[in-house]
Amino acid sequence: MLRDEDRIFQNLYGQDDWGLEGARRRGIWDNTKALLEMGREKLVEEVKASGLRGRGGAGFPTGVKWSFMPPEERRDGRPHYLVVNADESEPGTCKDREILRYDPHTLVEGCLVGGFAMGANAAYIYVRGEFFSEASNMQAAIDQAYEAGLIGKNACGSGWDFDVYLHRGAGAYICGEETALLESLEGKKGQPRLKPPFPAACGLYGCPTTVNNVETVAVVPTILRRGAGWFAGFGRENNTGTKIFSISGHVNNPCNVEEEMSIPLKELIEKHAGGVRGGWDNLLAVIPGGSSTPCLSKNICDSILMDFDSLREHNTGLGTAAVIVMDKSTDIVEAIARLSHFYRHESCGQCTPCREGMGWVYRVMNRMVTGDAEIEEIDMLWDVTKQIEGHTICALADGGVWPVQGLIRHFRPEMERRINERKGVTPAQAAE
Amino acid sequence: MSETFAFNAEYEARAQTIIGRYPEGRQQSAVIPLLDLAQRQAGGWLPTEVLEYVASYLGMPKIRVLEVASFYSMFNLEPVGKNFVQLCRTTPCWLRGSDDLRAAAKDVTGCGLGETSDDGLFTVVEVECLGACCNAPMVQINDDYFEDLTAESFKAVLEALKRGETPETGSKVGRKGSEPEGGFTTLTAEGA
Repeated sequence: MLRDEDRIFQNLYGQDDWGLEGARRRGIWDNTKALLEMGREKLVEEVKASGLRGRGGAGFPTGVKWSFMPPEERRDGRPHYLVVNADESEPGTCKDREILRYDPHTLVEGCLVGGFAMGANAAYIYVRGEFFSEASNMQAAIDQAYEAGLIGKNACGSGWDFDVYLHRGAGAYICGEETALLESLEGKKGQPRLKPPFPAACGLYGCPTTVNNVETVAVVPTILRRGAGWFAGFGRENNTGTKIFSISGHVNNPCNVEEEMSIPLKELIEKHAGGVRGGWDNLLAVIPGGSSTPCLSKNICDSILMDFDSLREHNTGLGTAAVIVMDKSTDIVEAIARLSHFYRHESCGQCTPCREGMGWVYRVMNRMVTGDAEIEEIDMLWDVTKQIEGHTICALADGGVWPVQGLIRHFRPEMERRINERKGVTPAQAAE
Repeated sequence: MSETFAFNAEYEARAQTIIGRYPEGRQQSAVIPLLDLAQRQAGGWLPTEVLEYVASYLGMPKIRVLEVASFYSMFNLEPVGKNFVQLCRTTPCWLRGSDDLRAAAKDVTGCGLGETSDDGLFTVVEVECLGACCNAPMVQINDDYFEDLTAESFKAVLEALKRGETPETGSKVGRKGSEPEGGFTTLTAEGA
């Protein structure tokens, strides 16, 4: 188990002062100037060496992403921007919220260090609108940092000018998609942009921009202070570091917890969340990484490791590391149908396969809940999800159909049972 | 709502601060925060004249402001009750009993989903995930989150609001944040 001294978010539960004084006590803002003195190139190299992969769901290597920003010699006069994605809305995920409200200085410091590493003089933190009190803490932390000269002109005495601005959204899951977020930040509907051009070439206001998740940015200063090797020492190769896991659903003690990557799922649930309600054998299924990641049946959960590659091997993903646990009392078809409702509601309406497809999938899923369907329709549902997947501008529709695919993959017998039962077909007849 | 809506002095100052966060000529970026301010001042929703005010305030075509106001779920284009009750319905809350909260809301306020009580005190709606899944089931009322709810504790919140009181926000089982209820399993080391 990860030792407490190796946890980056020492105030995850708000047990200490979240303000500047408490933050300094926990080592945040400790000689940040020295980190900047490493220089842009070295900073990016260190982040690459740490193996840090984006914590917002896609898991793209952070240092590599940063290296896409134009280097000093290729600057063309346009400002560079760091945009922090704090639009946390993936069902099951509630980790960034804890950073925003209880450890906001980790993020402010991360903005300065990360922003400097990509040649940016400004960062915008896009917080989902519903996080009102979280945004208040975040703004207070920003104000404290300005007041103390940690950001603003000559930030931390480094000679680098750096501004951090908070921007509140207004309720739209799609704004967690990076280009939709940029559109929203420009004062428009949050509809994703076609890529290319990628944000590093043409992002916010047409300027080079990198969009990173809250947790990704907030862990960087600690990685740099303690060294890339320290961070890379946790987890398996290509899946390094520590990670905040959100454990929700049918566990005895739902919680957020920072743990080592590649921790076995069973250990994670039993050690920190008090185990599955009614015991491990009462487990039905787990959604391992937020609503977009396909569910896993219990036999896989028995031994699976919580990291990008291990979950990938089982046709799912680490996503945001939001573990949604379902025990045997769960109506698994309705649990997934509710997610279909979510994606139907959150589709921005731009691409036809998503706008029409999410509604279609939801309507069919609703019939699957009651069994008011034909057996062949399960195959049709599978086919249609495969036709939607990959045929839209952004990944929302992919995330909308993957949970349905996971359901069919692992719980097809349950879907068939409902259809047969409604038709009055006995199991024996169905088997013939 | 008078036809001559204008930000009051406090909101005018806040609007100017917000606009100052964006580069010259990019004041359209402030449309979401300004609509939020306007909605607060206008009593929880955005009548047409308020949308028009924000459009002219930012030098934007009205249709662009309406597009934004109709796209984002936090903007109300119809009046709502004094307490805007948003029940989270998504899977993590549903697994932990959000259906019971819907029934509880109906009991206390008389409102089904999408309805406003006759006294104008409550509007009850169902919304998608509010991002507090480790404290499910939860409800947002105006700016505040109420978490770890049961039908009983949620009814108590609504009853308090009915009496004009200000119920305590956050977890109803005594948690400060999203730590495990049974006691910390991490961050227990001396001096941590």
